[in-house]
Amino acid sequence: MFWCDALSEPLLTASGLACTRDRLSLFQDLNLTLHPGQCIEVHGPNGSGTSTLLRALAGLFPDFDGEVQASPALYLGHKPAINALLTPVENLRWYCRMGGSDADVAAALARVGLDHRLTSPCAELSQGQQRRVSLARLLVCERPLWLLDEPLTALDIDGHRVVHDIVVEHCASGGAVLCATHQSLGWQDATILRLG
Amino acid sequence: MFRVQFHREWLSMMRSRDEVLNPLVFLFLAVTLFAMGFGGDAKVLGEFSPGIVWVLVLLANLLSLEAMFRRDFEDGSLEQMVLLADPQFLPVLAKITAQWCVTGFAMTLLAPVVALMLNMPVSALPTLMVCLLLGTPALSLVGAVGAALTVGLRRGGVLLALLVLPLYLPVLIFGVSAVVDVMAGIDTVAQIYWLAAISMLAVTAAPFAVVAAIRISVEQT
Repeated sequence: MFWCDALSEPLLTASGLACTRDRLSLFQDLNLTLHPGQCIEVHGPNGSGTSTLLRALAGLFPDFDGEVQASPALYLGHKPAINALLTPVENLRWYCRMGGSDADVAAALARVGLDHRLTSPCAELSQGQQRRVSLARLLVCERPLWLLDEPLTALDIDGHRVVHDIVVEHCASGGAVLCATHQSLGWQDATILRLG
Repeated sequence: MFRVQFHREWLSMMRSRDEVLNPLVFLFLAVTLFAMGFGGDAKVLGEFSPGIVWVLVLLANLLSLEAMFRRDFEDGSLEQMVLLADPQFLPVLAKITAQWCVTGFAMTLLAPVVALMLNMPVSALPTLMVCLLLGTPALSLVGAVGAALTVGLRRGGVLLALLVLPLYLPVLIFGVSAVVDVMAGIDTVAQIYWLAAISMLAVTAAPFAVVAAIRISVEQT
């Protein structure tokens, strides 16, 4: 059983979570509370259910037991979720409009170090740059709860620093982050939750 | 939300023109082969032309269906659409509308050319175009349900055809019947009303079925 508690009104409360996939039990009786300003890193070996946990919390995987109460969440999955035929600006504008946000797309892309590739089709970007476009979604979609699945994948050292900085800033501004990762985000205040 | 999604789809399609042109090229080439295959018997070709045009339009539509959700599913955009869009049927309807614009509507515009290649009487062309204009939205809408259900499968093409083709039959029957009747000098209003009714039914029900099918496909990954 895992408990992660803090003081204020939680953005995410999950109790008694249990999931079995292909007759393999991934996690059982998992309790999780995520308050504003809190970051939980979910660690675990491949196949331990870290991604499944995030998909379940995001509402993309219904086959689990337990109860989840969550604030509006932004889910950043394994896949980049960007259309390779469109430019980073066009992709982010789609996210802004779908999410009802009028955030500054160019500023978000500059923040993740892509100000020089604003109008290049995403197909021409490297894997790491495409990942940075995905990260820029975090800055334009205004959601208090972030569910990040391996956000450091394909990123260089500078990319790791960008992820660390935006996570710290988000938590400082009252948001909360649940992040499944094999590499630590490098933030000492983050709580570690181990699966598997 | 409809406009936002339609704009995105339109930009994507304009940047992958091969996907857009494939159904039209297929229709044109297949009609050319039929015209050559019938040899010099133009009268027989003309009699068969309504069926040939409709079957080829149907197959060309099927050809483009598999790609309708494939790219978005593979890059993860589809699951983001499930999470972000509210209500979800509007972006889904926008995707289907965009697909119809480059298949059903484009084939309607191309129809007079291919019909004349098949020796269809000029007097039947307006009816053919009206029937295609009213019938092809149903093809895209019903096809989208099958495409959404099979998008998560590795080789979903055959299953998609098995799912969708039987549901295309009413459109095929009324569409062909209307053109055959106009060629025989019979009134075709009933068939045209039927095609309009089928498309209206499809536009009210199919987007919700597609939303449910997308959710099933996304949740199975």
